[in-house]
Amino acid sequence: MTEPPPTRVRVTGPPRRRQVAQRPVDLEAESPLSEVYLDSLLAAQLRLAGRILVMLGLAVGSLPLVFFVVPGLAERQLAGIPLSWLVLGLGVYPVLILLGWRYVVRAERNERDFVDLTRGTR
Amino acid sequence: MTLQDLPALIGVGLVAIATLVIGSWGLRLSRTTSDFFVASRTVNPRLNASAIGGEYLSAASFLGVAGLLLTFGADMLWYPIGWTAGYLVLLALVAAPLRRSGAYTLPDFAEARLGSRGARAACSLLVVAIAWLYLVPQFQGAGLTLSAMVGAPTWVGPLVVGVVVLAGISSGGMRSITFVQAFQYWLKLTALLIPAAILLAVWAGDGAPAAAGGAADLAEWSNPLAGDGGGRGLYLTYSLILATFLGTMGLPHVVVRFYTNPDGPAARRTTLVVLGLLGLFYVIPPVYGALGRVYADELASSGRSDVLVLELPRLMIDGPMGDVLSGLVTAGAFAAFLSTSSGLSIAVAGVLGQDVFDRAFGRRLRGVAAFRLGAVVAVVVPLLVALSLPNLGIARAVGLAFAIAASTFCPLLVLGIWWRRLTDVGAVAGLLVGFLGAGSAVLWAMASRPTDGWAVLLEQPAAWSVPLAFATMAGVSLLTQDRVPAHTRRFLARLHAPESLALDRSSS
Repeated sequence: MTEPPPTRVRVTGPPRRRQVAQRPVDLEAESPLSEVYLDSLLAAQLRLAGRILVMLGLAVGSLPLVFFVVPGLAERQLAGIPLSWLVLGLGVYPVLILLGWRYVVRAERNERDFVDLTRGTR
Repeated sequence: MTLQDLPALIGVGLVAIATLVIGSWGLRLSRTTSDFFVASRTVNPRLNASAIGGEYLSAASFLGVAGLLLTFGADMLWYPIGWTAGYLVLLALVAAPLRRSGAYTLPDFAEARLGSRGARAACSLLVVAIAWLYLVPQFQGAGLTLSAMVGAPTWVGPLVVGVVVLAGISSGGMRSITFVQAFQYWLKLTALLIPAAILLAVWAGDGAPAAAGGAADLAEWSNPLAGDGGGRGLYLTYSLILATFLGTMGLPHVVVRFYTNPDGPAARRTTLVVLGLLGLFYVIPPVYGALGRVYADELASSGRSDVLVLELPRLMIDGPMGDVLSGLVTAGAFAAFLSTSSGLSIAVAGVLGQDVFDRAFGRRLRGVAAFRLGAVVAVVVPLLVALSLPNLGIARAVGLAFAIAASTFCPLLVLGIWWRRLTDVGAVAGLLVGFLGAGSAVLWAMASRPTDGWAVLLEQPAAWSVPLAFATMAGVSLLTQDRVPAHTRRFLARLHAPESLALDRSSS
C-alpha cells in the first residue's frame, strides 16, 4: 500500500550563459568572411564617432574662433548677461548631451545591424 | 576657531563620518579581489554614473573654477566645458570597447592589446605620475579649505583627507567606494546648488547691483579667449580645449570606472548619464564667479580666489544663516577632496598592488594585501609632496595633469582601439614623447617663468604635444610592422563585436 517514493527532481535555474540559437560566423577566426564583417562594423562605428566629433568641433570648438573674428560679440548682453557667459556657461551643455544621446542611439543601431547581418548568414 | 566656524566643522565631520560608514557598509559586500579592483563589474548605469560624477568633480571643479572665473573671467568657462566634453569624446571613441577589453587598468589594457611587458611598465609609471600630479592639488585644496573656514593650520586638511581616504579604500576597495562616490555626487550638487539659489535671491533683493568697474573691465571679463584675447589667447584657448577634450579619457581614475560596467552598451549609457550629471553641476560655479565679482572682488586682488565659493555666503549674508550656508559648501568641498582622492588612490593602489608588490613579494603578498599596501604608498607620497611644495593653484595643476593624459593615454587608447597596425615599440615611443613634451610644461609652470613670446607653447602644451605623440606612435609603429601582435584581429573583434554574439569572453 505504500506508494513508491516520487523520483527525485533536480531544481535548476535558467542557464547562466545565454545560449545563442545559431552559432553565427565566428568573428575571431581568421576567415575572409569574418574579416569583411568586422571591417564593416569597425568602419561604421568609426564613421559615426568621426561624425559626432566633427559636430562637436563645429558646435563648440568653433566658438573661440567666432568670438575672435567678431570682436564685441562677447560683451553684447542678453537679459543683462554677457553673451559669452550665456553661451559658454549654459548653452554648451545641452548640445553636448544631445550629441551624446545621438551617438548612443546610432552606435546601438550599428551593433544591431551587425548582429542581424552575421545571424542572417549561415 | 570661533562659534561661526562651527557649521563648517560639523559639515566636514559629517562628510568624513558618512564616507566611512557607507564605506564599511559596502565592505560587507566586498569579498574577492575582483570586488576590490572593479566592484566585480555589477554596477548599474545610474549608480555607476553618479559614482563617476562624484569621483570626477574634484576640488578643481568645486572651488577652482569659480575662483578662476572671478579672477580671469569668461575664458575660464572652457575648463568646465572641456571637463564635460571630454566625456563625449570618451563616449564616442573608447567607452564600449574599453569595457569589452576585459582589462582591470590601463596597464592591463596595454599589455593585452600589445602583448608587451614593456608597454605595460611604461603605462604603470604614467598612471602613477598622472594620478599623483592630480592628487597633490586635492590635498592642498583641503588644507586651504580648513585653514580658511575653521582656522586650522594648513597641514590638517591634507592629513584628514589622507586618513579618511586610506581608511575607506583599504577596507572596502572599489565596491564600497562606488556607493560612497554616488552619495558624494549628490552631496556636492546640493551643497553648491542650494547656497547658489539663496545667494541669487539675496542679490536680487539687494536690487541686483552690477559689478564695480567700467565698461573696459566688463569687456575684459566677458572675453572668452585667454589672456589679452589676441592670437596668443586663441592659441592658449584651443590648447586648453584639446587638453581637456582628449585628456579625460586618459585619467587613471576615470578609466578604471569603466571596467565596473556590466557590458559595452551599459558603459555607453553610463557615459551619457555622466554627461547629464556634469552639465547640471557645471552650470552652478559661474553663478559664484559672477556674484563674487559683485560682492567679493577683494578675494581676486589678494590672490585668495580659490576660497571664493567658501567665503561668499558669509560675505553676502550676515549672521548664522551665512555661517550655515558656508558650512554646507565646506562640506561639499570636503566631499570633493575625498571622492577624487579616493578614486585616484584606488587607481594608483591597483597599479602598485598588481605591478609592484604582487611581483616583488611573490607569494607572501597577494591580491588584497598587495592592494592595501599599494593604497598606503598611493596616499602617503602625494601627501608629503602636497605638504612640502607651494600651491600652484588648484585648477592650474589639474589642467597640467589633463595635458599629460591627453598627450599619452589618449593616443594609446584611440590607436589601440581603432588601428590594427599599432606596435608595442610605437606605443612606448609615443608615450615617451608625449610625456616629455607635456611634462616639460609642468616643470616650466613650477619654475614659474614668464610666459611671453614662444614660452606660450610651454604654458599650454597640448596643441603641439598631442599631435606629436599621435604622429610618433603611428610613425614608429609603421617602421616596426614586424612587431604587430599576432592576436590583434582577435582582440579588435572582441572590442567591437556586440556581447549578444556571445564571443569567447573567458578572460573577462
